[in-house]
Amino acid sequence: MAEFGPTVLRVVRAVLGPADADDAWSETFLAALRAYPQLPAGANVEAWLVTIAHRKAVDVTRAAARHAVPVADPPETGAEADLPDLDLVAAVAALPPKQRQAVAYHYLTGLPYAEIAEILGGSADAARRAAADGIAALRRTIGANR
Amino acid sequence: MNDLLDAFPVEESDVDRLRGRLAAAAEAEGILDVAYRTVDTPVGPLLLAATEQGLVRVAYPNQGHDAVLQALADRISPRVLHAPARLDPVARQLDDYFAGRRRRFDVPLDWRLSTGFRSTVLHHLAADVDYGRTASYAALAALAGNPKAARAVGTACATNPLPVVVPCHRVVRSDGTAGAYRGGPEAKLTLLALEHRTLAAS
Repeated sequence: MAEFGPTVLRVVRAVLGPADADDAWSETFLAALRAYPQLPAGANVEAWLVTIAHRKAVDVTRAAARHAVPVADPPETGAEADLPDLDLVAAVAALPPKQRQAVAYHYLTGLPYAEIAEILGGSADAARRAAADGIAALRRTIGANR
Repeated sequence: MNDLLDAFPVEESDVDRLRGRLAAAAEAEGILDVAYRTVDTPVGPLLLAATEQGLVRVAYPNQGHDAVLQALADRISPRVLHAPARLDPVARQLDDYFAGRRRRFDVPLDWRLSTGFRSTVLHHLAADVDYGRTASYAALAALAGNPKAARAVGTACATNPLPVVVPCHRVVRSDGTAGAYRGGPEAKLTLLALEHRTLAAS
């Protein structure tokens, strides 16, 4: 399970933003530890962890909506070459939730769309379409900014 | 969209910090079944693992720490985390032992990885073969109540889940040579020489 720590952190950062990512990561792994003894042998641990992380992220987003926490200023643009691409980070944050989730789960973990459909609900085709729409939107946003 | 991976970089220090937090939370909640850490010693980095009952495993590098952790996950619980705090007392005592300042370990032991006659042998070894002394395989077999079981004593030592702390390095061949050791013959000689030197100096 430890080997997926970095991947899950990447995913929750993409889905939630950096502020809530640490808490979501911690809650994901605590929940996984609680449930681990019941996990069937041979299960896909990565998909299972992303599923838990998805639920935690949804919880965090709902709680944030209830408490109407002010959102931080959008990150500055014009990053140096060796810094993360802040345009892209902001563009991911601006995607509709389902597209952002589909993009994160597929492109940051490599999970197949069938697994992502299990996590998001709906069909594998719908998950593939959400990811494709998300990527197209990212290309448009980034193209427009450069 | 390979840029996506670069857009969300993950520093090892971030993951380490979160893992530390997770270990503390899991310990507080009572769901940290096996805590582990490594310590550097004159016989190489030792892996230490403890359940809530006590120290359950000490492993030499030649046993493959990853393989040992996997075996712990299979035999005890998959809830295995790097959580040094639980092992601080034994780590300190090992430091003292290797510095010649300690002759006996005073930490709770979890014996669950050793059963039957092997467990009897190791209990006698821990209780009856003092620091700086040695016992032959045959003598330890007699102590454990079965003088003909020298070979089984050899197996008990070879499968000792708690080397160094349960001193199988003090079990030697009847002709006085050191004999085999799971941590390698050099490690055995290092431990015997350390204890001999410390006793001679006291």
